[in-house]
Amino acid sequence: MKTSVIVFPGSNCDRDVKVALAASMGSDPDMVWHGGTELPKTDLIVVPGGFSYGDYLRSGAMAAHSPIMREVIARANSGVPVLGICNGFQILTEAGLLPGVLMRNAALKFICRDVHLKVENAGTLFMAGYSQDQVIRVPIAHHDGNYETDSETLKKLEGNGQVAFRY
Amino acid sequence: MKAKVHVTLKPGVLDPQGKAVRHALGSLGFSGVDEVRQGKFIEIDLTETDAAKAQEHVESMCKQLLANTVIEDYAIKILE
Repeated sequence: MKTSVIVFPGSNCDRDVKVALAASMGSDPDMVWHGGTELPKTDLIVVPGGFSYGDYLRSGAMAAHSPIMREVIARANSGVPVLGICNGFQILTEAGLLPGVLMRNAALKFICRDVHLKVENAGTLFMAGYSQDQVIRVPIAHHDGNYETDSETLKKLEGNGQVAFRY
Repeated sequence: MKAKVHVTLKPGVLDPQGKAVRHALGSLGFSGVDEVRQGKFIEIDLTETDAAKAQEHVESMCKQLLANTVIEDYAIKILE
């Protein structure tokens, strides 16, 4: 399986993702610099975490308009799975691939600790390795983890089984 | 021409930064501060000389980049 990792100025989890993909997929991913417009043939695109463009304007806002994102959006629309982690998720919301937005944490604190998450839908490509309702422990580290969207979109997400994990 | 753009959180969207500023003002002794909402002010120098066209351009800038209309409103002022 061929994978690609998009690298922006300020990405800092791209190499972690590279190690993880190499270990789980059996081959090194293509590391793709954001300024290019060409994306190699790929079965999975990962947008890693970090502080793309120093979080200028809004987290992910500048990166969402990087040249490579046009290609990422086109591939996503043609059915290639895209995984956005942390700042990568924010980039996907700013690019319009995902609804809603991640806002500053309500307590204004940077939160860095392990949390427990419940698997809400094990029936998707990314979640198939888990079992339904399984509780897993993952490390989180973020300042903007406060997901916000209108109530209609939220209802749709819930109804479509698009909530992957729940705190 | 110059464009002055104010980007503000929509009413009802939680603004923890504004809240923290309100608390800080209170602890500095400023009484009577009911609520603080924090936003952004962006100034743009434009080569466009037609005010209506400038307004249109900046409107499109706001929609595509300057504001996230899921949570933010924007207001544009075009100056000579």
